[in-house]
Parts: sequence; structure tokens; C-alpha cells
Amino acid sequence: MKVKMRNPDRIEELDDVRTVGALLARLGVHPDSVIVIRGDSLLTKDQRVSDDDEIELRPVVSGGAS
Amino acid sequence: MKCRKCREAAVIEIRRHNAAFCRDCFLEHCNRQVAKAIKEHDMCLEREHILVAISGGKDSLALWAILTDLGYATSGLYIDLGIGEYSERSHKFAVDFANTRNLELKIVDLTEDAGFDVSGGARSSHRPPCSVCGISKRHWFNKVASEGGFDAIATGHNLDDESATLLGNLLHWQVEYVARQGAVLPATNDGFVRKIKPLIRLGERETAAYCVLSGIDYIVDECPMAAGNTGLAYKAALSVLEDFSPGTRQMFLGGFLSHGRERFFGADEEVRLVSCRVCASPTPAADDAECAYCRLKPKSRHSGFSDG
Ligand code: SF4
Ligand SMILES: [Zn+2]
Ligand SMILES: [Zn+2]
Repeated sequence: MKVKMRNPDRIEELDDVRTVGALLARLGVHPDSVIVIRGDSLLTKDQRVSDDDEIELRPVVSGGAS
Repeated sequence: MKCRKCREAAVIEIRRHNAAFCRDCFLEHCNRQVAKAIKEHDMCLEREHILVAISGGKDSLALWAILTDLGYATSGLYIDLGIGEYSERSHKFAVDFANTRNLELKIVDLTEDAGFDVSGGARSSHRPPCSVCGISKRHWFNKVASEGGFDAIATGHNLDDESATLLGNLLHWQVEYVARQGAVLPATNDGFVRKIKPLIRLGERETAAYCVLSGIDYIVDECPMAAGNTGLAYKAALSVLEDFSPGTRQMFLGGFLSHGRERFFGADEEVRLVSCRVCASPTPAADDAECAYCRLKPKSRHSGFSDG
């Protein structure tokens, strides 16, 4: 599957990952630091994913001073 | 995972509430949390006209959408800080949102309306860019709100922001800041419009999810000036505690607002305010009657700044 990530912007290609939780673990991403987007909806950790999915891991932590 | 309310498939899990929600129940949850925060802290009344501070990011756009949903009369205010591509893109997200929803967006362009952008102001005043940015935003929010007859200014500070700020202020025992860190800063009769933070019951993951699930495009990239900000370290520390015990942030900030803050009252001295002699905005009398914002403006008179 294709996984879009940020900071820096990049696409990771991964296969044989079965769930969102496993995907996050494989990439070392903390589940509370991102939302997992597929199409126009979001996925929870237990949801299944397949090799032809396109998924975005979008960070949610912003660091502005005001 | 199933939605806690309707048992449909969930799209998001919120550990703090030990719950997962489907799309519709989640959007409803966000609206309810904002309504609850407003009521709990007497932020505003139904008929009031609210100026929403818009940055083009997830928090401010979610805030504007929710306040509109809850039936408040709102206008947005976007301040173009002149920070290169970041400002151009965030400006566009703000305008697109307002157009799609048919809402009024007021725009201040710092370069045109003030004569400096954030970097220029930082150079000429020898202040960090974020300090120039903060002073400029506060100035324009208050000016536009008071001239436009708005009852309150709403900002997108969320639970994660506010708990991180509180932690930072307590670590340094900045007791005046702690005393002033409320969910509502009341209007003063010398010219400050009331400020409210309706998102203090929502975490930043929730505001991001709210935007995606309601089709709101926002600027995901950070302001380039935010890099290395200490606020991020406080957020990271709280995230460790939150992992260990979900609900820590809510307990920390909620408890502070309901019964901790009052113990710091009096730590911030009463400051006598006068009108700024340049722009007439309220400013501490001690500051030679020129407000912090006007002191940022490059002055050709004391052409003291030669920046190499
Ligand atoms: S990071 Fe600093 S300069 Fe950028 S918007 Fe935030 S306060 Fe302003
Ligand atoms: Zn539901
Ligand atoms: Zn002034």
C-alpha cells in the first residue's frame, strides 16, 4: 500500500500489513499523534487495510506559539 | 470498533472518553463539547456577535464551523502575516472556507495595513518573530472587534494547547501568566473586548478529525517560525502522561480552570490602562502611552536600525 506521510512529505510503500494498528507500529508512529485518512473518511486502529490501499497519516500536533 | 452511540462502524476512537464514534455521532460530540465549554465558562450568549480568529489551520476552521452550527452569528478575521508561502496558502484555505459556507471573512494584511511583516517587525524591534506575531494579532483582533461592535473574540486554542501552556507557565512559576490563563478573559471598560476559547474541551486530534470528516480543507503544514518551539516539548511530556492515564490533560486543565486558577488571583498586578497616543488602543500607562504594537512599527524618525 501507499502511505502518505509528512515532515518531510513522502510516500512509503508497504505490503503485508493487516490492520491500521500494525501499520502505525511498523512505521513507529504514535496513534494519538496522527489521524489515519482513507478516501474521505478515517480509520480506527483495529480496521483492516489491504495492499492496494492509499492511506494518509496526517500529523495533528501543532506547535505555534499562539 | 463500534460507535458508542449508535453501534455503527466507528471512524475515530477517543481514549480520553473511552469511546469510539461514527462520523455523525463524532461531529455531534464535537458540537456538544463546544456547547458545554461555552456554558460551563459563561463564554457568550446566543444572540451575541462573535469574531472568530482564523489562521486557515484545523482548529480555527473547526471552531468557525462549530460555532456556526450551534447558531452563533459570526464573522471571521484572517491576518496575513506576510510569512511567504505559508501565509499565501493559509490565506487561501481561509477564503475558500468562508466562500463555501457563505460567511463573512475580514482580512488584515500586515504588510499593507501595518507597514511591516513578521520578519521585518522582528528585525526592527529585536524581538523574536513569534512575539511580533502575537502582539500584532492581539492588536488587530481587538481593534477589528471593537470597531465592528463584536461582543467577543473566539480563538482556536484547544485542550492540548492550553494544557501545554499551563504546564510551561507552572514549570517557570510565571504566576501572573497563570492568573491570566482563563477560558474567558472578560471585557474591560477601557477597551478590551472579551476573549473566549470554546475549544478547550477538544483535543487537537479531534479538531483535525472534525475537519476531515466534515470536508474542510485546512493548511496542514506548520508555520515555519514554529520550528523548535518549547511548547512542543510540553505537549510531548503531557502526551506521555496521557498515555499512562488517559484524561490527564482534561483533569489538569479542567481542574485548574474550575478551582486552581482562583488561587493565583492577585498575582497579576492591576495595571492602569490609558489610550495609546498613536492608535488609541488600550495600553499600560507605564509604557509611555505607546502600545506594544505601535512600538513595533519601523520609525523613520529614530532611524536607529541598520540591519546588516
Ligand atoms: S509560529 Fe510564531 S510566527 Fe508563526 S503563526 Fe505562530 S506565533 Fe505567529
Ligand atoms: Zn454513531
Ligand atoms: Zn498603538
